Amino acid sequence: MRFKDKVVLITGAAGGIGIAAAQAYAKEGAKLALVDLKQEPLEKAAEQIEAQDKLLLTANVSNEEEVKGFVQKTKDHYGRIDIFLNNAGINGEFHNITDQTEENFQNVFGVNVMGVFFGLKYVLQVMKEQKSGAVVNTASNGGLLGAPGMSAYVASKHAVVGLNKTAALEMAEYGVRVNAVAPSGVNTEMMRRIEQNAAGDQAEEARKAFEASVPMNRYATAEEIADLMVFLSSDQASFISGSYYRIDGGQGATSV
Amino acid sequence: MGKLQDQVAIITGGASGIGAATARLFVQEGAKVVLVDLNEEKGKAMEQELKSLSAEALFVKADITSEEDVTNIYKQTIDTFGKVDILFNNAGIGRTLPSHELEYSEWRKTVNVDLDGVFLVARGAIREMLKTGGGTIVNTASMYGWVGAPGNAAYNAAKAGVINLTRSLGLEYADQNIRVNALCPGYIDTPIIPAEIKQELAQATPMKRLGQAEEMAKAVLFMASDDSAFMTGNSLIVDGGFTAQ
Repeated sequence: MRFKDKVVLITGAAGGIGIAAAQAYAKEGAKLALVDLKQEPLEKAAEQIEAQDKLLLTANVSNEEEVKGFVQKTKDHYGRIDIFLNNAGINGEFHNITDQTEENFQNVFGVNVMGVFFGLKYVLQVMKEQKSGAVVNTASNGGLLGAPGMSAYVASKHAVVGLNKTAALEMAEYGVRVNAVAPSGVNTEMMRRIEQNAAGDQAEEARKAFEASVPMNRYATAEEIADLMVFLSSDQASFISGSYYRIDGGQGATSV
Repeated sequence: MGKLQDQVAIITGGASGIGAATARLFVQEGAKVVLVDLNEEKGKAMEQELKSLSAEALFVKADITSEEDVTNIYKQTIDTFGKVDILFNNAGIGRTLPSHELEYSEWRKTVNVDLDGVFLVARGAIREMLKTGGGTIVNTASMYGWVGAPGNAAYNAAKAGVINLTRSLGLEYADQNIRVNALCPGYIDTPIIPAEIKQELAQATPMKRLGQAEEMAKAVLFMASDDSAFMTGNSLIVDGGFTAQ
């Protein structure tokens, strides 16, 4: 029970990684605050999570007031925040840069960059005061390499890696650690949307091609990503901060 | 049940520092440990310590730059425990000296231990793991395989070599159930670091302290266990924020 009575705040909690992570922390005794955009998917996700205490909060992470609001509510309810999975993200539309729209770019940056920034801003205020805490930002292998058609997503995840390093340095003296995970494709609903966006009715072909591009020849499972988040946020990782950990079946070994 | 229950783990440089801390943690998690070191006295003492914790342990004296010695590590391991599940490929040397004063023989010695030796020991493990259907390897690189620093040219170059060796082996065996990753420590409080510069190195680290060997061991356990089942070819930095600066 590594997380007995620890308060874990998770954004994007109704998504595949969010649910798997919530289950992993709950299994080890954590109290949860689960955030997602809409009530109904959030409730459905929460049904799959057996926790001693779970607080459900809807918010749009690209709205600063709403982020400030769910952080405050979590603190009011539990009195503290020990672990923050800054995990909400969207993939956006699939366009080459020559056809990319400002609207799509702004949407993706609103959630993936401003959302991550707002989350850091308000949660780190709490952790700084506590003089303890651990944050795991969800970046992506798209935060380290390129992907045709996904300029907005890739640029946004590169931004997450930069925010991650800077937040870690600013927080080091307060005993707060900040790290990121950089997964390749994970077998979740988001991946189904990316397959659709990339190939329309040829989505199954796209899936095969995406999986074949991974040296281990498969997508990650959400549970595997959760295992890494759990490690990085636990006391086992007490000297790890400012790092991004690839979890990609070897894909990163072929890129810079 | 430990995370490494009944698994056989070889740890080079196992008599002291990060290797010894990892050996202690691995036996707590149920592993049988083969300690490899040049230092027979310390190696045997470590073997006794692990046995006193009612763990199964074996010390093998070896120079990892000798093919014959490396062959013997695997012969003794197989004779005693029958298989190799985990290799913590950790032995290494380093010395600070301006490059224009570095004798070629010293360059050769450093690269020989820190890169050639790491290859030889990894090759031996892969040969055994291919027979049994898989395993995990964790190589000790360094944050100085990622970034440069004056006065340690041979060490830094060899550690960068370990990082790309790790990528290459990770890719080569990704579909054969052998995972290969590297630990890249920052400044760690081990006997390698002279006492008079410890304070300075702690100040250079964003966390304002040196890492502990036990903290490295925990990261090695993560990389060696199924908790990192989708990670390979990766070099994981554990440096208190140093390389994020």
